[in-house]
Amino acid sequence: MVQFTVNGEAKTVDVDADTPLLWVLRDELQMTGTKFGCGVASCGACTVHLDGVPVRSCQTPVESVEGASITTIEGINGKAASAIQTAWAELNVPQCGYCQSGQIMSASALLSENAKPTNDDIDAAMEGNVCRCATYVRIRAAIHRAAELMEA
Amino acid sequence: MLHYLEKPVESALKSAKPSRRTFLKATAGITGGLLIGAMLPRGTGIAEAASAEDMVTPFVHITPDNTVTVILKHLDKGQGTATGLATLVADELDASAEQVTVDFAPADVEVYKNLAFGIQGTGGSTAIANSFDQYRRAGATAKALLIAAAAKEWGVSESEISIENGVISGAGKSATFGELAGKAAKLPTPNDVTLKSPSEWKYIGKSFPRVDIPKKTTGSVGLYGMDVQLDDMVVAVTARPPRFGGKVKTFDGAAAKEVKGVVDVIAIPQGVTVIAENTWSAIQGREALDIEWDFAEAENRSSDTILAEYRSLASEKGIPSKQSGDAAAKLASAKTVVEAEYAFPFLNHAQMEPLDVAILYDGKQATFWTGSQLQTMDHQIGAQVLGLDPANVKINTLWAGGSFGRRAIYDSHYVAEAAMIAKTWGKAQPIKLVYTREDDVKGGYYRPMVVHKVKAGVDENGAISGWQHRIVGQGILFGTAFEAYAVKDGVDNSLVEGVSDTTYDLTDLDVDVHHPKLGVPVLWWRAVGHTHTAYVMETMMDELAVAAGEDPVSFRLKHLANDPRLAGVLKLAAEKAGWSTPPQEGRHRGVAVHKSFNSYVAEIAEVSMRDDGTVKVEKVVCAVDCGVPVNPDNIRAQIEGGLGYGLSAILREEVTLTDGEVDQSNYYDYLPLRITDMPDVEVHIVASSEAPTGVGEPGTPPIGPAVANAVYKATGQRVRDLPFAKHGLA
Repeated sequence: MVQFTVNGEAKTVDVDADTPLLWVLRDELQMTGTKFGCGVASCGACTVHLDGVPVRSCQTPVESVEGASITTIEGINGKAASAIQTAWAELNVPQCGYCQSGQIMSASALLSENAKPTNDDIDAAMEGNVCRCATYVRIRAAIHRAAELMEA
Repeated sequence: MLHYLEKPVESALKSAKPSRRTFLKATAGITGGLLIGAMLPRGTGIAEAASAEDMVTPFVHITPDNTVTVILKHLDKGQGTATGLATLVADELDASAEQVTVDFAPADVEVYKNLAFGIQGTGGSTAIANSFDQYRRAGATAKALLIAAAAKEWGVSESEISIENGVISGAGKSATFGELAGKAAKLPTPNDVTLKSPSEWKYIGKSFPRVDIPKKTTGSVGLYGMDVQLDDMVVAVTARPPRFGGKVKTFDGAAAKEVKGVVDVIAIPQGVTVIAENTWSAIQGREALDIEWDFAEAENRSSDTILAEYRSLASEKGIPSKQSGDAAAKLASAKTVVEAEYAFPFLNHAQMEPLDVAILYDGKQATFWTGSQLQTMDHQIGAQVLGLDPANVKINTLWAGGSFGRRAIYDSHYVAEAAMIAKTWGKAQPIKLVYTREDDVKGGYYRPMVVHKVKAGVDENGAISGWQHRIVGQGILFGTAFEAYAVKDGVDNSLVEGVSDTTYDLTDLDVDVHHPKLGVPVLWWRAVGHTHTAYVMETMMDELAVAAGEDPVSFRLKHLANDPRLAGVLKLAAEKAGWSTPPQEGRHRGVAVHKSFNSYVAEIAEVSMRDDGTVKVEKVVCAVDCGVPVNPDNIRAQIEGGLGYGLSAILREEVTLTDGEVDQSNYYDYLPLRITDMPDVEVHIVASSEAPTGVGEPGTPPIGPAVANAVYKATGQRVRDLPFAKHGLA
């Protein structure tokens, strides 16, 4: 049994301790917004916040989140997150959309830490998130736009 | 992709294998006309749950709550088609953007066929092109019915009724679509409607809100096949032979069955399938399988060996594809002759969502859930494997997490595999077949490996004088149901498109091909043959410009007298990129222009070289002519993404084989473009009143040669053996 909270709700799951958090979220808790892309922390589609810090849930054994607070795309909120979601819509960032949960989780974590990121800051924070549709131009622009929205 | 299947596909299918009989039967009636706006009977198809107050036509469904649902015959895998089709209906219907939503159509070839193919399917950048009149007509018909209903209701003539932004008004009254939908549905459908003139368009050519953005930014449930969750659902993963054409000799599933959550282990023709309560257990179970493979009939060669064979074939005359004038004689008298040989690797599509399909089969009926791109094939092949009448098989198309060609699969292999699993297992429980990333990377259906050998000359006036071009690579459609149509006189058009049909003024052109047989399954990959032909044509044009001592843009324009639209985008890109003025210190520019899928794209790449010798593409200026630009922002998005996809391929992507086994596994060794390598992109759209053409693919072909030509400026090096990473350039 492992206990933790997801988007503020207490959860208890009965799975093997080494089961990746990704599969606990998707298959046990039926929260499929967090995506399976590679399973080896190479693409970032499975990014969630673990006590506010972005992590790859596919490489996070569920036992390691005992007592922790997990935030997923379904429950993300706050100033940075809503600025990111607004900017994503304003600039029509997603194409196929499959990687975008992870992109949004990484981008909102970046903005929470750094309210005015430069292009280099963005590259460093977002390099782990692959987008095969190559929406990177808009991801970059939308992060800058979200930073503006946060200032307003 | 699929562009060379342009109608009628039936002819190809008629000569298909006898096992496709069911398919032929089903497609026999597809030419039958169906009034675009006719009401669908309640209780059938998309009208299954409709009330008497709904208006349900094949493409437009209006409900009493005032929602207009546009029914999508095409898959949206990120290319923006859902919004595009909604735009066409909403414009003619004068709906408000807020009331419009979308839903995918069921598999029904008669109603929802792609008018360019004859089957229901998406590809070849045809979605908007083939739907442009059809969906506008559907919107206009619904509008005519609403007007007629209002006129009747309010006792005035139709000319007194108008519709604006979702509100019907006239005779001092007003109503919503929802209020009159049921009444409108009972009126006779008009035989013809007048479409708006372009000056009356409200959304087309301007903007329409993306219908999928809210779903794709909030973690919505049930969007993609991978996210399907059904009561009692089990998850299946299959261990497939590690070499193409291999088979299972023996296997032991005992240890796999011991893994917590594993429900069963079954043998199917495709391999050994582990069925489990959840995905992780299925993956773990598969790792515990003990399988001995039989490689007697497998492709056991290494890609290096295959490449050497291709290079050797490239020195022998092949099957003629195009012959005009006398290239040999012109080359003999040319002032300068350039000879070059190019090699392109196998490429994996590597779409973000690995392949997946869910099935529920109870012995009598089956339902599939998947990002179906060729619904007709998936429908027919799924039915065939299960031995069912297609009438008892349902396909629920879901949004797809990318495709780039991967889901437009001529043999519907993963749908067939899911059907085989369901049939073999024999329990009426939903099963979701999941590919892992490794399954996807190692699973074949690649962009073919290709070798080009070219000899071209210029005369003393700087004009091209003779061009001989040989291409070696697998045909994509040999041995498939589509072969008879796509292969002509032994030449698979998908290998020569972009060369044999070049619009450069090459009076003396000689193109021939070799199609070696190989056990590696190949498939169309975003922009198909143009992914390599544009690279060769446009780097050769650059070399010839240098040989002629001319500017690369003027040299191209000189040979584009017969193609004003291609010349037009080239001039526009050159102007916007400031081609006539030198780039800033440390920057180098390269240009390429190419027509594909009836759209014209020029790209000018500006690069710098990093200290470690790798190339950084700083900026790309694009010009695109795709006829009427239905949704300008989506066109920009597709060109941005399309060139990013092409850039990714030339920098680092390659699938290689060692003794028949694929060397790459995942995103750590099959390397996709990341944000750090994405240039700034500027897209300029040519204003046009020509019929709209596709944008999903045409942005991809020019980027490789544009960057290669810029790298030549920077380093003097011509890259003819892809990817760039092989040469320390990425």
